[in-house]
Amino acid sequence: MSASVVEAVAGLDVEKIRADFPILHHQVRGHELVYLDNAATTQKPQAVIDAIVGYYENSNANIHRGVHYLSEKATEDFELTRQALQRFVNAAEAREIIFVRGTTEGINLVAQSYGRTNVGAGDEVVITAMEHHSNIVPWQILCEEKGAKLRVAPINDQGELIVEEYEKLLGPRTKLAAISHVSNALGTINAVKRMIAMAHAQGIPVLVDGAQAIPHLAVDVRDLDADFYAFSAHKMYGPTGIGALYGKAALLEAMPPYQGGGDMISSVTFEKTTWNKLPHKFEAGTPDMGGVAGWRAAIEYMNGIGVARIAAHEHDLLEYATETLGASPGVRLIGTAADKASVLSFVLEDVHPHDIGTILDQQGIAVRTGHHCAQPVMERFHIPATVRASFAVYNTRAEIDALARGIRRVGEVFA
Amino acid sequence: MPELRDLYQEVILEHSKAPRNYKEPVHTNHRAEGYNPLCGDRFTVYLEMDGEVVKDIGFQGAGCAISKASASMMTQTVKGKTKAEAQKIFQLFHDLVTGHGHASEAELGKLAVFSGVSEFPVRVKCATLAWHTLEAALDGKQDKVSTE
Repeated sequence: MSASVVEAVAGLDVEKIRADFPILHHQVRGHELVYLDNAATTQKPQAVIDAIVGYYENSNANIHRGVHYLSEKATEDFELTRQALQRFVNAAEAREIIFVRGTTEGINLVAQSYGRTNVGAGDEVVITAMEHHSNIVPWQILCEEKGAKLRVAPINDQGELIVEEYEKLLGPRTKLAAISHVSNALGTINAVKRMIAMAHAQGIPVLVDGAQAIPHLAVDVRDLDADFYAFSAHKMYGPTGIGALYGKAALLEAMPPYQGGGDMISSVTFEKTTWNKLPHKFEAGTPDMGGVAGWRAAIEYMNGIGVARIAAHEHDLLEYATETLGASPGVRLIGTAADKASVLSFVLEDVHPHDIGTILDQQGIAVRTGHHCAQPVMERFHIPATVRASFAVYNTRAEIDALARGIRRVGEVFA
Repeated sequence: MPELRDLYQEVILEHSKAPRNYKEPVHTNHRAEGYNPLCGDRFTVYLEMDGEVVKDIGFQGAGCAISKASASMMTQTVKGKTKAEAQKIFQLFHDLVTGHGHASEAELGKLAVFSGVSEFPVRVKCATLAWHTLEAALDGKQDKVSTE
């Protein structure tokens, strides 16, 4: 399918979409901003910003507590977002959506609550070689504490998981598999449905790190049969500091609380405290209600465009960028999996990514340079760092052309 | 607005491509390793100290153009200097790249080409990594130095 056909099918009016994002109209160092750091965080449309402001202007009160009008309104608002998320990832029930600060906290919740209950000495947790640090370190902490072993499924030179090796690691000692849906450093889309089926065949539950998948793919947790699925608002046009953990109700019911405090109890005496029911058992303390209001606006924004159309548009950009940059002299792409989403990582011969980042920044182009919180991935490819361009719904081919020109400028400076 | 050429001066680019004293001196008696976890820059600085004097110096490792050029020019600058003199130059250099410098060209010598770094605050760590590592080596510390 040619790129123009994809554009036609997608039928996205990108200029109209760009108009929804105030920050995209800023000048950076005398240039129009070219924002290609979306895997780090996406920009926010006016609707999200307005929803956060509107929450504080019209609805602010503490949730699940007061009997007064505003508290009721705030609670209703809060729960509406939970329901919107339930539909967005197709969870069976709203109480399977736990609000957390972000993907990282969601993973830590599972490691500390499910993990500390179910993982013991000699047991194993299986991850992959392409995980973000946030899906490595919580398991290392757990394994260290319990005397358990962390097993790592390898990737090939294209940055694809070697699924056969992953399957071999699963065994009677495996208590959990924790795998990323989409790699933040490489863009690889993992065959998580198949990987979950492999684990389930041996009775092993699976946590999916969905941080990079949720903005780009239609996620259906029941179709995947994921046991846990963690994701963040800020990668999908929503605010920072808020995220969700989906968990199957039966698993969450059996798990002890992650944090103690208000809202997570049904009764407290100094002798005995009983836990609240789901989802509140896992939501101690006053949450980020303004953020939750903004997140609902982000979900509505994505639904308004259509996740499939967003994905088609980003796929077109990724193909165009892969062609354009792949053909640039000296550029070596890192991560060339057959199935990828939105991320183009690369290195240049003889120029360090940090120098590239500074030179691009001088042209108003924002990319990420560094190890992307995935140092084991960098080691796997024997590089200290990469330059990463990552795309969102508001990016254009013209911006990829600007990136290519920026890379040529790097060549001139270092000529 | 800062210009790229203020940062990537010819001398800096030239040193980054062909770093001087890129070696481990045979009679090394002090060494330290420096690491910048932000960008993955990693250098080892080797010293052959003769009492208080830096008799020979070398470095090895990998990093961006700024960090490599800084390491290279540092080795040229401090070779033959005393520990106290090297520490004084680091102070002047640090002030220069953080924009607090009042040192004269005479005091800084060739290192003055790094003045552009002060316009790029996120790159200060690149310019100072080798110097922090040198400081650790002079102090005889064996721990890894980190800029974070």
